[in-house]
Amino acid sequence: MPILELKNVSKIYGSLKALNDINLSVNAGDWLSIMGPSGSGKTTMINIIGCMDTPSTGNVILDGVDISKESQSNLTRIRRDKIGLIFQQFHLINYLTAVENVMLAQYYHSMPDEQEALEALEKVGLKERAYHLPSQLSGGEQQRVCIARALINSPQILLGDEPTGNLDEENEKVVVDIFRRLHSEGVTIIIVTHDPEVGDVAQRKIILEHGRVIQDIDQRATFGEALKLKGA
Amino acid sequence: MFSRMILKTLIKQKSKMLMIAFTIILGVSLSTAMLNVMLGVGDKVNRELKIYGANINVKHKDAAIISELYGLGVNDKFLYEDDILKLKTIFWGFNILDFAPILEGRVILSIPGTNNTGSEVFINGTWITKHAVLSTGEDLNTGLKNLRTWWDIQGEWLDGNDENDKNFVMAGKSLAEKFNIHVGDAIRLSKNGVIKNFVIKGIFNDGGNADEIILTDLTVAQELLNLSGKISSIEISALTTPDNDLARKAAQNPSSLSPDEYETWYCTAYVSAICHQIQEVIRDGVARAVRQVAESEGTILNKTTLLMILITILSSIGSALAISNLITASVIERSQELGLLKALGAFNYQIIFLVLSEIILTGLFGGVIGYFLGIGFAQIIGQTIFSAYIEISHIVILITGAILFLVIITGSIPAIRYLMALKPTEVLHGK
Repeated sequence: MPILELKNVSKIYGSLKALNDINLSVNAGDWLSIMGPSGSGKTTMINIIGCMDTPSTGNVILDGVDISKESQSNLTRIRRDKIGLIFQQFHLINYLTAVENVMLAQYYHSMPDEQEALEALEKVGLKERAYHLPSQLSGGEQQRVCIARALINSPQILLGDEPTGNLDEENEKVVVDIFRRLHSEGVTIIIVTHDPEVGDVAQRKIILEHGRVIQDIDQRATFGEALKLKGA
Repeated sequence: MFSRMILKTLIKQKSKMLMIAFTIILGVSLSTAMLNVMLGVGDKVNRELKIYGANINVKHKDAAIISELYGLGVNDKFLYEDDILKLKTIFWGFNILDFAPILEGRVILSIPGTNNTGSEVFINGTWITKHAVLSTGEDLNTGLKNLRTWWDIQGEWLDGNDENDKNFVMAGKSLAEKFNIHVGDAIRLSKNGVIKNFVIKGIFNDGGNADEIILTDLTVAQELLNLSGKISSIEISALTTPDNDLARKAAQNPSSLSPDEYETWYCTAYVSAICHQIQEVIRDGVARAVRQVAESEGTILNKTTLLMILITILSSIGSALAISNLITASVIERSQELGLLKALGAFNYQIIFLVLSEIILTGLFGGVIGYFLGIGFAQIIGQTIFSAYIEISHIVILITGAILFLVIITGSIPAIRYLMALKPTEVLHGK
C-alpha cells in the first residue's frame, strides 16, 4: 500500500513547467532519493510532498487522502501530523536551546514534553548538548537537532531537503547512519540531494530533469553499501 | 513553551522592543496628559476666562423687564442685600467664584472751591472687597475688585473692609475728565437733603459706560439714596459648562423637561441651571446669563477641548505609524523564523497571536511608563498654564488603554498581512 502517490502532477509558474506530469509511488518504509541538477524541479517536488505547496494539475495522495486541492490550513494540519521536515540550513531558532527547538515542533503539534524531547535528542546522540544554543553546536550537531525535531511527532514521512548539503564528510556519515537506523525502524524517508553518495545509499533513486522523472533506479541490491563502505 | 518563546524573543529583540516601547511611551504620555488636562481643564479655563468679568446678572424681575424694554439703567425695583450670601448655598454654590451687589442711583455732584455747584451723576454702590463667614464656616472674600480685573486704576482701589474708606470714592475716567477731578480731590454728593463729603481715592478706566459713574461702598450709596438694605442687581462670576441642546431647551422652559432630563440639567453646571437655582434663593430676582461672556467661555472651552482631542488623535496616529514600521521591520527580520513555525505546523492565527503577544507585552510596559509620565506632563501643563493641580481622572486609564490597544492593533495590521502572506517555502529556501 503506497503511503504517497503523485499522479500526473505538474507545477506551472507562468510559462515554466517546474514539474511536468510526474507519476510517483512511494511505499511505507521506503527510502527514496530524489536527484537532479539545479532547476530540475527537486525543491518544487519536495514542497508539494511536504504540503507547503499545491500542484497546478494532477493529484497527490498522502496516506490515502488526496491533498492536491486542500486549503492552506488543512495542508498545515496534514504537514504537522504526517511530515517531518529536515532542512539544508537546519533552521533552528537561535535563541532557543537544542531541546527547546525540538519542543517547538511538539508545541505546534500537541503538548511540549521536555522528557520526550530529550529522548529524541538522545536518539541522535545529542542528549548531553540539549541545553546548548545552536550557536554553541557544530553544523553536524545542528542537523541532528533538526532531525530530532522532525522525528519528535512520529511523522509518517521524513522529508529532507539536502540534509547533508552543509555538512562535512564526517558529519554526513553520522547523519546518513541516523537515516539508516530510522529506516530500519520503519520510517519512510524521502531525501532530495545533490550528493551522489548520499543518493546511492537509498533503496530507490529517481533522477529529475526539466521537471520530468528521467530515471527511476531500484538500488535494493546495493542498499546500505555506499557510505558504509566509504566510512569503513 | 509559549512564555519561553515570548520571553526569549523579547530579550533577543530588546533594542527593537525598546524602540516600540519608547514610541508607545511618547504616544501614551501625550494622550494621558492631554486627556487629563482636557477633562480637568474646564474649570481651569473657566477660571482663566473670569478676567472677562461676570457671566450672570441678577435683577429684580420687574426691573429686568423694564431694562429689557426700555434700556433704563436706574429704576425703583430692588433686591434685598440680605439674600446675597445665599448664593453660596445653592447646589452649584461652589461654582460661584465671585459676586458683587450693585445699587444704582443718581446723586448731585458738587466740587467745593469750583464753579461746579451741582450736576447730576450716576452712582454705583457695591462691595468693593467683602469678607464674610458663611453659615457653613467657610471664609468668603469677594467683591467688585475681583470682577473688574481689567480696570486700569489711577490711585488706589477702595478697601471695603476698612471703615475709614467710607469717606472715599472712586470716579470713572470720563467723569473725572468731565469735572476735572483728580485723585485726592474733595467732592460732595447729595440726594434728597442727605449731603456727604468724600475724597477721590482712585480713578478707574473701564473702557465702557462705567467710566461715567462714581463708585462707592454699598452702605455709603444706600445712605445717600436712602435705600438701606436694598440693591439693584448682583453681578456673578460662575464656572459653567458649555450649553448643549438640553441646556438650551431648559433655558427656554425648565418645566418642559422630563424628570430625568430635569435632574441631569439641574445637576450640571449649565449657566441656565445655575440661573434657575439663583432665582430659588434671591427673592424677586431674575438671573440672566451675560450671553457674550458665557458664550465666549463656552466657545473657547469647546475649542480648547477640541484642540486637545486633535493632539491626542494625531499623537495616536503618529504612534500607530511608528509602531507599524517597527513591527513590520521586526517581522520581516524574523520572517525565516516565522516561516519555520509555519513549516512546523503553526497556523496563521497562532503566529499572529505570538507576535501580537510580544507587542502587547511591550505595549503594556511602555503604556504603564507612558501613563505615569503623562500624569507628570499634565501637572506641568497645569502648573505652567493654569497655575493649578490637574485632577487625575481614572477614566483616562480606560481611554488610554483602549487607545493603546487600538494603536497596537492598527499598527500591527501591515505586519499581520505580511505574516498571512508569508510562505514557508520562500523563506526556508532563502528566497
